[in-house]
Amino acid sequence: MALTYVQNSSELTIKISGECCQYDDGTQKDKIYVLAQNLPQINVLAQNITAWDSTLLAFLYELSKIAKQQNKNISFSGLPENLQHLIDLALKVDRKPSLPDNKNGQWLEAMGNWGLNIYLSITRAFSFARQVLSSFGRFLRGSAVMRGVDFLFALEGCSYKAVGIMSLVSFMIGLILAFVGAVQLKTFGAQIYVASLVTIGMTRIMGAIMAGVIMSGRTGASYAATIGTMQVNEEIDALKTMGIPTMDFLVLPRMLSLMITMPLLTVWADFMGMFGGAFVGVVMLDISPQEYWKYSVEAMNLSNFLVGIFHGFVFGIIIALCGCYYGVNCGRNADSVGVATTKAVVSAIVLMIVATGIITMTFEVLGI
Amino acid sequence: MMEAKIKVDDLTIAYGDFVLMKNVSFEVKKGDVFIIMGGSGCGKSSLLRVLTGLVPPAKGNVFINDVNFAKASQAQKDEVMKKCGILYQSGALFSSMTLAENIALPLQQYTDYSDKLIKELVSLKLALVGLTGFEEFYPSEISGGMKKRAGLARALALDPEIVYFDEPSAGLDPISSKLLDDLIVEINQSLGTTIVVVTHELSSIFAIGTNSVFLDADVKGVGGIGSPKELLKNPPNQKILNFLTRGEKGNA
Repeated sequence: MALTYVQNSSELTIKISGECCQYDDGTQKDKIYVLAQNLPQINVLAQNITAWDSTLLAFLYELSKIAKQQNKNISFSGLPENLQHLIDLALKVDRKPSLPDNKNGQWLEAMGNWGLNIYLSITRAFSFARQVLSSFGRFLRGSAVMRGVDFLFALEGCSYKAVGIMSLVSFMIGLILAFVGAVQLKTFGAQIYVASLVTIGMTRIMGAIMAGVIMSGRTGASYAATIGTMQVNEEIDALKTMGIPTMDFLVLPRMLSLMITMPLLTVWADFMGMFGGAFVGVVMLDISPQEYWKYSVEAMNLSNFLVGIFHGFVFGIIIALCGCYYGVNCGRNADSVGVATTKAVVSAIVLMIVATGIITMTFEVLGI
Repeated sequence: MMEAKIKVDDLTIAYGDFVLMKNVSFEVKKGDVFIIMGGSGCGKSSLLRVLTGLVPPAKGNVFINDVNFAKASQAQKDEVMKKCGILYQSGALFSSMTLAENIALPLQQYTDYSDKLIKELVSLKLALVGLTGFEEFYPSEISGGMKKRAGLARALALDPEIVYFDEPSAGLDPISSKLLDDLIVEINQSLGTTIVVVTHELSSIFAIGTNSVFLDADVKGVGGIGSPKELLKNPPNQKILNFLTRGEKGNA
């Protein structure tokens, strides 16, 4: 492509010829744009253009924009008819953006918005919890609009289907707990107490926490993604316009399922963790299976066991609430579903840790 | 004789044992606005998916720029698809990117252009579809019609030789639909781009189509080939007349 330009005091003349494809000479274009801004007349003379692509069109469009914005005259001669037509088409704006240019606002406004958003999030979360409570109340009274099949599907998703991963992770946690404890206990010949350490640790809290973490990543994330996608597809709008309470239809079956299965999964995680500990005790520490069993049974007491189950029950509610809350409040695009899922998992884990702290302190005070 | 940009030869599309269409053959000439039409469920969109290499044909060949898609390697398909643009039904813009980023993506991926030139090209493509100044908007901030136009701007980013449209009028009001039809004709005439449109909107079919194929769900194949106006004037069968007149003249 041959592109030359000449200037005098009143006009800029640009001559173009040949094959005008992939024109990307930024330095030359910048010089031409500066001259175009400073001279009242711009002439574009084209001769024998054998081929052209969007790069030439973009250059001529930029020149035309400069001329239009600064009330300069621009003339084209010898351009292929379709090229001239496309320049005219590009300059014909049929609509202008209606949003303000500075969408982020000033820092003070941004800070205010940040605070306001936090306040609104808290209000929304409490409102959601209140609606779930009233939905649960309707369920107890037998007036909730919940399909039995939805409940069974939710129950299936968070019961036996979760047992495999739960078994593996809990077994490994029990194993790790036994290893770490054995290193210390071995130094004063008390490795037999590995059985007590693992049993108390798993039944009182570790089993429930592992079940909670696994289920928030597995089931809580799935709730947020499923309900979020329903929000994107306007299915939740359809439910609302049909007068079906979203809480009854979407949240209640999921929450009930986790309330039922989480304590059971916690018990399973307790036993798999103890099994992992026994594996280390018997295989690595030369403790006989009978001896390990005896110390495990001695260490196991009903209150520890029930505390663990209670944790599991509370974690089930937290996971269901977080998953459903972020799903229902998801945005309207694909990206929002990812954000909702992440938030659901992170919030559930944080809330479970906070809940563990509160429950532990409360039980300590009560002497349980 | 005009060069065939797309040649479909004895094509069969099947999902497992279910045969959707068979013995489909037609050609799309360079510079055509070619309409793939037919009733709901006749396989229009599936045919488009085969033409764009998303689904392999069960049998037969699809030649695009003389490359046989049915037998081509993925690298060959990618090379052909660089010369093709696609406007999906919903626009299919990436929601986490601004319109400018959406349009810049193929340019950054397939060209060595400077950032400044890419910015100019993005601005030009948006201007061509009537979206000047919308560079920094996200897809969620614009209307359905604007999303389609932005999708078209992205489809045109690499100066494609062929542009496919999947139901361009779906979900649009009559005025937006007409504006998009006008834009399709502008692009076809100004850039010489070959256009393939999947639609069942009669107003669009007659306004923009220079050639067409009618897919018949009952015979699981081609019901007729020709320009829409010609098919209306001399319908090869009752079903085409029914379709092209919304059943007003065909129900004898």
